[in-house]
Amino acid sequence: MAVLTTDPVAGLALTRPRAALLMVVLAAVLTLLHYAGVLPAVLHRLPEAWIPPFAAWLDAGFNFIKDDLGLLALTRFLTEGLEWVLDATANLFFGQRRWPYLGPIPWTAIAAVAAVVGYYLGGWRMALLGGGVFVWTALIGQWKIAMQTASVLVVAAPLAFVIGLSLGIAGWKYAWVSRAIKPVLSVLQTLPFFTYLLPAVIFFKVGPTAGAVATTIYAIPPMILMTTLGLQKVPHEVIEAGHMSGCTRWQLLRHVYLPSARREILVGVNQVIMLSLAMVVLTAFIGMPGLGAKLLAMMGSFKLGRSFEIGITIVLIAVMLDRMSKAWALKQPEHHERGTPWWKQHALLLIGIGAFVFFCILGQFVEVASDIGRRQNFSQGKLMDDLIKDFLALGWVNAITGWIRYVVNVQILIPFRNFLLSIPTPAFILAIAAFALWLGGRKQAWLAALFFGLVALSGWWDRSVITLYSVISAVTLALLFGLPIGIIASRDEKWSRRVLLACDTAQTFPSFVYLIPAIMLFGITDVAVIFSILIFAMVPLTRYTIEGLRTVPEEMTEAADMSGATRMQKLWKVQLPLALPTMAVGFNQAIMFAFFMVIIAAFIGTQDLGQELQRTLAGTDMGKNFVLGICVSLMALTFDLTILKWANDRKRALGLGE
Amino acid sequence: MQQTASAATEQPVISCRNVWKLFGSDPTTYLATMPAGRGYEEIRSDGYIAGVKDVSVDVRRGEMLVIMGLSGSGKSTLVRCFSRLHDITGGTIEVEGQDVMSLSEKELIELRRSKMGMVFQSFGLLPHRTVLDNVAFPLEMRGQDRHKRRERAMEVIKLVGLEGREDYFPRELSGGQQQRVGIARSLAIEPDIWFLDEPFSALDPLIRREMQDEFLRLQEMLAKTIVFITHDFDEALRLADRIAIMKDGAVEQCDTPDQIVLHPATEYVRKFTEEIDKARVVHASVLAKPDLTGSGDPVDALSTVHQLAQLLVQDTREAIPVAREGKVIGAFRREDALNILVGAH
Repeated sequence: MAVLTTDPVAGLALTRPRAALLMVVLAAVLTLLHYAGVLPAVLHRLPEAWIPPFAAWLDAGFNFIKDDLGLLALTRFLTEGLEWVLDATANLFFGQRRWPYLGPIPWTAIAAVAAVVGYYLGGWRMALLGGGVFVWTALIGQWKIAMQTASVLVVAAPLAFVIGLSLGIAGWKYAWVSRAIKPVLSVLQTLPFFTYLLPAVIFFKVGPTAGAVATTIYAIPPMILMTTLGLQKVPHEVIEAGHMSGCTRWQLLRHVYLPSARREILVGVNQVIMLSLAMVVLTAFIGMPGLGAKLLAMMGSFKLGRSFEIGITIVLIAVMLDRMSKAWALKQPEHHERGTPWWKQHALLLIGIGAFVFFCILGQFVEVASDIGRRQNFSQGKLMDDLIKDFLALGWVNAITGWIRYVVNVQILIPFRNFLLSIPTPAFILAIAAFALWLGGRKQAWLAALFFGLVALSGWWDRSVITLYSVISAVTLALLFGLPIGIIASRDEKWSRRVLLACDTAQTFPSFVYLIPAIMLFGITDVAVIFSILIFAMVPLTRYTIEGLRTVPEEMTEAADMSGATRMQKLWKVQLPLALPTMAVGFNQAIMFAFFMVIIAAFIGTQDLGQELQRTLAGTDMGKNFVLGICVSLMALTFDLTILKWANDRKRALGLGE
Repeated sequence: MQQTASAATEQPVISCRNVWKLFGSDPTTYLATMPAGRGYEEIRSDGYIAGVKDVSVDVRRGEMLVIMGLSGSGKSTLVRCFSRLHDITGGTIEVEGQDVMSLSEKELIELRRSKMGMVFQSFGLLPHRTVLDNVAFPLEMRGQDRHKRRERAMEVIKLVGLEGREDYFPRELSGGQQQRVGIARSLAIEPDIWFLDEPFSALDPLIRREMQDEFLRLQEMLAKTIVFITHDFDEALRLADRIAIMKDGAVEQCDTPDQIVLHPATEYVRKFTEEIDKARVVHASVLAKPDLTGSGDPVDALSTVHQLAQLLVQDTREAIPVAREGKVIGAFRREDALNILVGAH
């Protein structure tokens, strides 16, 4: 779309960086004045008395909606239905004594079905993965907790799919729905997960029901986006062919649009499944039993071997679900030879049903085939606990981690944090706005100032700054590691592919898992928090660096070669400038991931917003919970808006994409 | 050309009068307030794109009207106005005497289900359906039962020579085969009006030629009313009864191939005809003047100057008579025909 620009571009290019610089200088002056002790206290931090009682207002609002408008009655009513479904799946998966009193399904039967489904989707390798994951889970003695998680997952993911699909269609069909949904979606995507949990608890009771609701809501946004995207991408002529075939509106949607958007919709399904898994693990914080709860308990009591085993189970399940749903998205229909008998066309379906029935019956007679007892499993948790503890206690290991901990903490992190905390609030806001102005533009600068201004008004400034400090330091470190890895890997086709695969796989891991190695190495400290964010954030950075560098058009690198550029010159003068917009998207994602992770890391014992958020879960402090959540969201949104704006501007300027 | 006389009395299948299609923020108001005679560029500077600009064209029963123009000339837009895939901004379009803009959604769907078929440049096949299900799609939409529609679909699949491939999915077929599926689908409902939007442009030249032959064979069998779009002047000359040449949304000239190469109406049209071997396009009937009487054996009205080349060079008659179906309709001057033959027109 040709957008009419009112600002003369040449004039802006001169004034924008200058204005930004001016703002930074002003911020520096304010800070120096504060150091010199001449800055009035009012300008350093907002006085307590000036802070409006947002939490109380929100509470009043919530209470009004909850009680006076009867939302609580409605949700409690909905809870009944959901609870009934969850009870049924709980019975089927791990034998809770509820209707339909059939379960639990023997583990062998589930593993066999998974293997057949895997074979259908991706041949022997996928079959091995599908069956193998379940066999491992059973043998390691985590079958029951895994099924507790699964019983919620199989309810939440389809629910998120249906709601997401419907909203996606509505958003595509009616512009006003799309306009209404968009800002909500971007806030939802930056809102820390603790903020999803508390309302779920209040409105839907503790346990699986609240867990399912929080998981569903968390997994909806990508489904909406992918549905809308897929529907918009249906080729014009296919739609016109539908019209010319005399489709009614409903027929057009059902027979033309939705099947043509199949791939995007299935990619949406993949994301729904992965987000559901990530969230369902995190619902441990509101007392949802399952893998997450066990992991939380084990990490809390520093049983690292056990944590490690559970972590592997979670990772394996994640990888399996991801691979299978991706294979499904890519699977193309194929025709059978003429005259193939019915049973041959549906051979896999029949085998699947057969195997399921066989193992169900077998389970009735052979105990081990249906249930692996406490003493029969192969868990080596205790042994590994000891090994890990011994390893960490080794003199040189201890020395190294201790040294890293000391240097990073004392030399870098604490001074940096103290510096950030020492900056007067107005100066901080000015600096952030300057950053937004420089990268994004005037609108982004105003939004940045507004958002951070609101954070200041919320009364949680210091904790917000500490949150930001964790994010900034972790992302900076991630840049130091991620960029070189990406650049080096991108030089070679084979290595690019390997590293990309590793990144893709790592990205499917539920974030919770990243805490395990951090705690293993650095114990329960600040450094462990930074370390877990660091590895979590490194993944998108590396990924997009490789992607950006690999997608630089070949003629351009060839032109550089023919101009006699050295490798270094080519990298700096041609490849990096062209890859930068894509890399910026990765950088943005790294920041979003960091904001997400820093909240989870609250579990380790941080002093930031996450800690406070976690504390609100214990009570019914919904107002405070929301204020804290919105603070995180506002900070994240500021970066999101600014960086993406820059990346898009840059892409357009370079004539790449869109 | 033969139908010129009879068609004049009969009502045209599609008749459009002063049709406008403008793209922009509020085209209806703009068109209403726009001063008359505004050009394409002027309209564009007002923030609107004239997809179709004041077009009046008739499509007669059983004829093949080829709409020719470069990309962006509005030919696809015009055809989409005929079938009301686009709503027009001004003017009227009548299909079989019915104003298409006045149709309700239901009536429009009914019209498409019973009377219209369309073939698309990039095929527009549904990727998740087999060849058979793609071809049967329009029948399914109008609620024909499964058995009947499969039977009919198989008939058209045979017609386009895809027998044995009916269980394939579109991606398993070559481009030419995919377009055969597109053609079969458009014919499934036995439409009276057949729209073809650059059906062969996405194919490579050899296949294109083959498909054109195939298409002419089909047309001979089916004798439909056809609106055919192309950007290829050779293709237009090869297929058309009449050609409408479009530029910037307007029709520059609409006439038979002979008349277009002999008497281009505008400079733009003349440029197109420059490279064309006119002797292969112009027929004896067009050169014949009724008031002229020749001597000796007449030539057939449907033969081209190129086909008569040998006779023209060797003969010594001043005027040569022309006969249609055995009846002399006039005669042409040998010199005129020779001029066309040597390109000195």
